[in-house]
Amino acid sequence: MVDRIAQIWGTRTPYPRDGLWPVRVDQALGEGVSADDVDRWVQSACVLCSNGCACDIAVKDGAMVGIRGRAGDLVNHGRLGPKGLFASWQGVSHKDRLQRPMIRENGRLVECDWDTAMNRITERSRQLLRDRGPLSHGFYTSGQLFLEEYYALAVIGKAGIGTPHMDGNTRLCTATAAAALKETFGADGQPGSYTDIDSCDAIFLYGHNMAETQTVLWSRVLDRIAGPDRPKVVCIDPRDTEVARHADVHLAVRPGTNLALMNALVHEILAHGWVDEAYIQAHTVGFEQLKATVEPWNAEAAAAICDVPAADIRKAARIFGTSGRVLSTVLQGFYQSAQATASSCQVNNLHLLRGLLGRPGCGILQMNGQPTAQNNRECGADGDLPGFRNWENPGHVQELADLWDIDPLTIPHWAPPTHAMQIFRYAEQGSIEFLWISATNPAVSMPQLPRIREILAKPELFVVVQDLYLTETAQAADVVLPAAGWGEKTGTFTNVNRTVHLSDKAVEPPGEARSDLDIFLDYSRRMGFTTRQGEPLLAWEGPEDAFNAWRECTRGRPCDYTGISYERLRGGSGIPWPCNEENPDGRDRLYTDGIFPTDPDYCESYGHDLLTGATVGPEAFRATVPAGRAVLKTADYHPPHEEPDGEYPLRYTTGRTAYHFHTRTKTGRSRQLTQAAPRAWVELGADDAGRLGIGEGDLVRVESRRGRIEVPARISDIRAGTVFAPFHYGYWDSDGTPGEHPTAANELTLTEWDPVSKQPVFKNAAVRVEKIGDAEGPAPAPTTTASRPSAAAENQGTRRPRPTTGGGEADATEDVAATPPPRFPDAVRPGPGSDRPGGVSAGSNSAGSDQEARP
Amino acid sequence: MNLNIYLGMLHQAEKTLAESFRQVAAGHGDEPDVHFLCHTLAQQCEEHSRLLHPIVERYGEDPSDAEPERLHAEGLSSTRQGPVGLLRDLQDLYLLASLVDVTWTMVKQAGSALRDRELLEVVERCDGETSVQLRWLQTRMKQAAPQALIAAR
Ligand code: SF4
Repeated sequence: MVDRIAQIWGTRTPYPRDGLWPVRVDQALGEGVSADDVDRWVQSACVLCSNGCACDIAVKDGAMVGIRGRAGDLVNHGRLGPKGLFASWQGVSHKDRLQRPMIRENGRLVECDWDTAMNRITERSRQLLRDRGPLSHGFYTSGQLFLEEYYALAVIGKAGIGTPHMDGNTRLCTATAAAALKETFGADGQPGSYTDIDSCDAIFLYGHNMAETQTVLWSRVLDRIAGPDRPKVVCIDPRDTEVARHADVHLAVRPGTNLALMNALVHEILAHGWVDEAYIQAHTVGFEQLKATVEPWNAEAAAAICDVPAADIRKAARIFGTSGRVLSTVLQGFYQSAQATASSCQVNNLHLLRGLLGRPGCGILQMNGQPTAQNNRECGADGDLPGFRNWENPGHVQELADLWDIDPLTIPHWAPPTHAMQIFRYAEQGSIEFLWISATNPAVSMPQLPRIREILAKPELFVVVQDLYLTETAQAADVVLPAAGWGEKTGTFTNVNRTVHLSDKAVEPPGEARSDLDIFLDYSRRMGFTTRQGEPLLAWEGPEDAFNAWRECTRGRPCDYTGISYERLRGGSGIPWPCNEENPDGRDRLYTDGIFPTDPDYCESYGHDLLTGATVGPEAFRATVPAGRAVLKTADYHPPHEEPDGEYPLRYTTGRTAYHFHTRTKTGRSRQLTQAAPRAWVELGADDAGRLGIGEGDLVRVESRRGRIEVPARISDIRAGTVFAPFHYGYWDSDGTPGEHPTAANELTLTEWDPVSKQPVFKNAAVRVEKIGDAEGPAPAPTTTASRPSAAAENQGTRRPRPTTGGGEADATEDVAATPPPRFPDAVRPGPGSDRPGGVSAGSNSAGSDQEARP
Repeated sequence: MNLNIYLGMLHQAEKTLAESFRQVAAGHGDEPDVHFLCHTLAQQCEEHSRLLHPIVERYGEDPSDAEPERLHAEGLSSTRQGPVGLLRDLQDLYLLASLVDVTWTMVKQAGSALRDRELLEVVERCDGETSVQLRWLQTRMKQAAPQALIAAR
């Protein structure tokens, strides 16, 4: 038994370069449940981060009672992290679950039946469509639904209603990943694979605290680090994260200055000639402009802006320039910061300059935050056109119109899709009057919360919220719909490295809760959306119909699912797309031939100017980008728009802890995770704290121009002049409102976004900090992660926090090397017609066995 | 030689455009993308003026004040309110930036005929940025137009 709260990454299983990552099967069962008690195991994958760990859910007497990792899956080789172990089924099996729909009557939410709730929605919807047209409707969805659900929503929005106002909270977490891939390669699609960790000589983590955001992926890195030929590690992060602790070079840059650093890294690579000229010549365009842009950015120039030693920048550049195989991973530290797309494109550029792509160990992972963010992007629930189609390409619009049998003019393609922040702006101005929010909690996760609360409370705005719990957002709704959660419905989803998993229904949802897919299909039916032939627009009976329709939508596109079926996903490993005739078992990594999807008739986007977001347009794109080449995109550095000053002298940044996910709607219902990170805190460096007279655990007020939080202080090893707050802590478990001491990090953040990806800037604001109360004990921040107390502060005789442990409640079993490691493509179930053993027989009905027998 | 008239006009038009970008930034603070980008683009225009300055000096200010009146760029004196107001303000900026853009083109023609390398380098640097400004304005207006013209209250 291992305490997996104390040991987030579990037991080490070291392996060498080009070795196979050993299997370790992690399992945690509910209190008093033994493996013999389990009636059946149902196949699924974890939905608490973007890693996509495959798992089996233990079911006993119709209830979920445990979880274990799937040994044969290519993603996790049996492992699970603390969130998967302690909040997957525990996060949904809770007495607080919504069981019946609710409508607002006389200002209060009261329970009702489904007909009443749905009629209220459709009445309002019909009336607005009649009186004000489709532009009165907005949809704000999630990164946590299933593929089938996003696709249904996208078809409703684009073919039923015809509104461009649809986005997901993926805008807050992963929009820049998509944008950077589109700008550089012409279409979304993760170039690299997790197997690149197995083969790399160096790994660069750009604003990616992998140790806390994708704990199982970090276990894989740790196992390489513990092996005989560890890769070099370079970390770019203002905090002293676990990644930083293992780094050969840690660049603790000032928040908001990433692009200056990236320009310097490219500058150094060029100055030393660490480039593959033949690759640049054959496979890229834009080299001269890139060179001119980075020309002034020598290490000293960037060092002055970023406040890191020039020698460290050179050292990092040397590692990138001279290692045989380099893997880069990018996440929120870049995506949620200033000049997000430009900074992330520079990561792509570094790889293109050295030709480090499409070979083992040479990968780019533009990460996602949420588990199903990838599907939101693929299906177009983020406003894009489904199947990575290009809204500026009339041919692509026509393809969809044919597929759906509708008038192409119905499909909103006259302007870029409306991004989340703009949807809320239109709602603020009163031109969006119907806002349907599914599986997300903007009242805590969006920037500048006082403003968001005001918008949601506007009486003219009709708000529908569809969720598992009565979230802060649901409390402001006009209609609340109880949704079925993970394990209570069937569907598929796709992780960071394109691996598609099936999650089967294990138990019945509580009360009258329904799957999100059923709710969307019901709305479509009630609204009477039809095709040109007069057939129902969405005639699907259930998730498998939706999946099969989606497969057709992806045919011939970069995210080709045509070779994947529910049946193929049962029993074996998840399958990485594209999976089609050319790639019958899917594909581990893209761009092995250096041919990129920039053909103007095929590409997803013609690109943007990275400084302003101006669209390039079809003519200019055709004139400048030879089909198949990648584009070396760049912009010059501009300082962030809000910088510290006399009044607000500190830089503020927000983020995550290993023990929580998003606004804690699920992880906050797990006893183990809540005990590990019970309440909000703020981190300050020892010098800043000393200067302000703040000790460990003191209650402090952190204030920006937009709002304030009042939380205990943790004296940590964050860079000087910078303050960090975790964004998980809203108000559903207090009385639903900010109260006397607000805790949500987004009370302070500003309303601003990247010009290309439209991802909000959560990681740079100016604040002031003052002590408002004496400590009642140490801050409630974990000691096992980046929030661990600073050793410097300890010497000053401050209160010492107790180490974070599971206290006997967080034991899990770890079965090391239970089976030989899975490898691609053998771990994937062969499709019909394959001569590999264990295949799916052609024509067999795919209802198949939806449950696995007990082993 | 009349190039000095055009240089003077361009110099002035960039200044006017910078002021107008700032005006729109100030008037539309609730549209953060417009607000922040207009400030950035105002700086760009000021930089253009700065780069032009030595060339204007070299060709000499126009002593006769012969600049055709109707080519003189009027800046935005105030900003409008609401979604349609935003659209119209952006459209005003677009007209002003178009004037700047086409004037750069004329100046470039003359610079080429004169084989004035210094002038051509300045044109090369600035005119590209002006056309991006135009493309951004168009991108932003296209985004705003349907909502402003159909759904706005
Ligand atoms: S790493 Fe992510 S997907 Fe895997 S168990 Fe943890 S939260 Fe779930």
